[in-house]
Amino acid sequence: MSKVIVVTSGKGGVGKTTSAAAIATGLAMRGHKTVVIDFDVGLRNLDLIMGCERRVVFDFINVINDGVRLNQALIKDKRVENLSILPTSQTKDKEALKQEGVQKVLDELKGEFDYIICDSPAGIERGAMMSLYFADEAIIVTNPEVSSVRDSDRILGILNSKSRRAELGLDAVKQHLLVTRYDAERVTKGEMLKLDDIVEILAIPVLGVIPQCSSVLSASNVGMPVILDEKSKASDAYKDAVSRLLGEEVDLRFLLPEKKSFFERLFRRSA
Amino acid sequence: MSSRSQPFQIRGSLQTLLSLRLVEPHDPEFFAKFLDKIAHSPDFFRNAPIVIDAAPVASLAPIDFAELVTRLREHRIIPVGLQNGSPAWNEAAIAAGLAILPEGRHAEPARAKEAPAAQPGPAVKATSPALLITEPVRGGQQIYAPDGDIVVVGQVGHGAELIAGGHIHVYGSLRGRAFAGIDGDESAMIFCDQLDAELLSIAGIHLVSEQFDERVLKKRAKVACDGEKLVVTALS
Repeated sequence: MSKVIVVTSGKGGVGKTTSAAAIATGLAMRGHKTVVIDFDVGLRNLDLIMGCERRVVFDFINVINDGVRLNQALIKDKRVENLSILPTSQTKDKEALKQEGVQKVLDELKGEFDYIICDSPAGIERGAMMSLYFADEAIIVTNPEVSSVRDSDRILGILNSKSRRAELGLDAVKQHLLVTRYDAERVTKGEMLKLDDIVEILAIPVLGVIPQCSSVLSASNVGMPVILDEKSKASDAYKDAVSRLLGEEVDLRFLLPEKKSFFERLFRRSA
Repeated sequence: MSSRSQPFQIRGSLQTLLSLRLVEPHDPEFFAKFLDKIAHSPDFFRNAPIVIDAAPVASLAPIDFAELVTRLREHRIIPVGLQNGSPAWNEAAIAAGLAILPEGRHAEPARAKEAPAAQPGPAVKATSPALLITEPVRGGQQIYAPDGDIVVVGQVGHGAELIAGGHIHVYGSLRGRAFAGIDGDESAMIFCDQLDAELLSIAGIHLVSEQFDERVLKKRAKVACDGEKLVVTALS
């Protein structure tokens, strides 16, 4: 049975696309046929982060509205087997996401893929609603700060009341908390919310904590999902999150500041 | 103990009313345009009380109120009063059977297609007089039980609203807004495991978090109405 998983947050700039790319890649690396869809019509970024922007001919919106076949729009990732990307349009707007069209595309993808990862746009308008409506599971991306946590709470409410599962009275959408940009040092100093505080407010299980790490930005800039950067802490944290998504029990890491070695302290280098 | 010697009770009540602001009342197409506007949401306007707002035109001669009232009533809109009129306007309004209202605060201009501001909460079946909610109430959700109590087993997030005709019980953190006794029942109470609310209201009397005593913050608490004010007490 294939699963539709939405990566969403309410707030913008918290790491939805980065996380959607990393988790989709991670699932594919574990041997699951995975597709990641960009729902951010008009502000397409996923193809950039996945490094396939120069291979986009047709997109998700063409498939919904213009009679283009899904296989013409799907882009196979060159680095990871089992991984495909469905990019979106830069020129249309969210109104182009018609519910029946989205459903048709998802139904067709279900025939071919184990995991369908939907990268939601920010906000709670049409694009975000369409990306979460058909979800079986949701990954709520949250930064350790108050406004992000509030917006996540809002999105959880929408999942519970406006998703297809809620409307049909099926089992609720399974919810996972993914805390990104977690800077353990600043958390210790009280400048950022602790994981415990976030969990207390949102009251959903933790899928992962991704440490603040410069490798995330570098990977984005070269069009590589950060999970493929073997030396990165963020990569390790995303791999752990993928394992938990697959039902494995893995201890949380990166919650405490790293002890700096003598030389690091001497040169004030940071990872 | 309520005394029953009077066959009625007179109470203050706060209502939100639509207002119809007259900008160009003599526009020959005034009614055509108005009807076109309300045609988008006939349910919203059906039998709705409305206040005539004369602010932009009060310096001009008053309009024929009798005609305006008749025409509005023909379309099942019930004009109840006038605001922002000059003495001449007020006199004309009183002659037409309208009340004179003090200047009110305005909400955003009413857009005809407006949906309710908050979204409905999770679907729940009320099997008893109290509305029982067993999952967290999230920001943006509104739980509405005009005729009874609300019991939430779980937390109520920032930006969530509980609105009850009776009592409100929250077995978890109350971080949003709670309105109990909305029909003026001053005996209604609010109870919660952890008080961190943005606003508490009983029978229209309210208290915002800034006014809370620090000793009750984040404590198990009960809130009751005492005359004109709310009293928050920590429960040991």
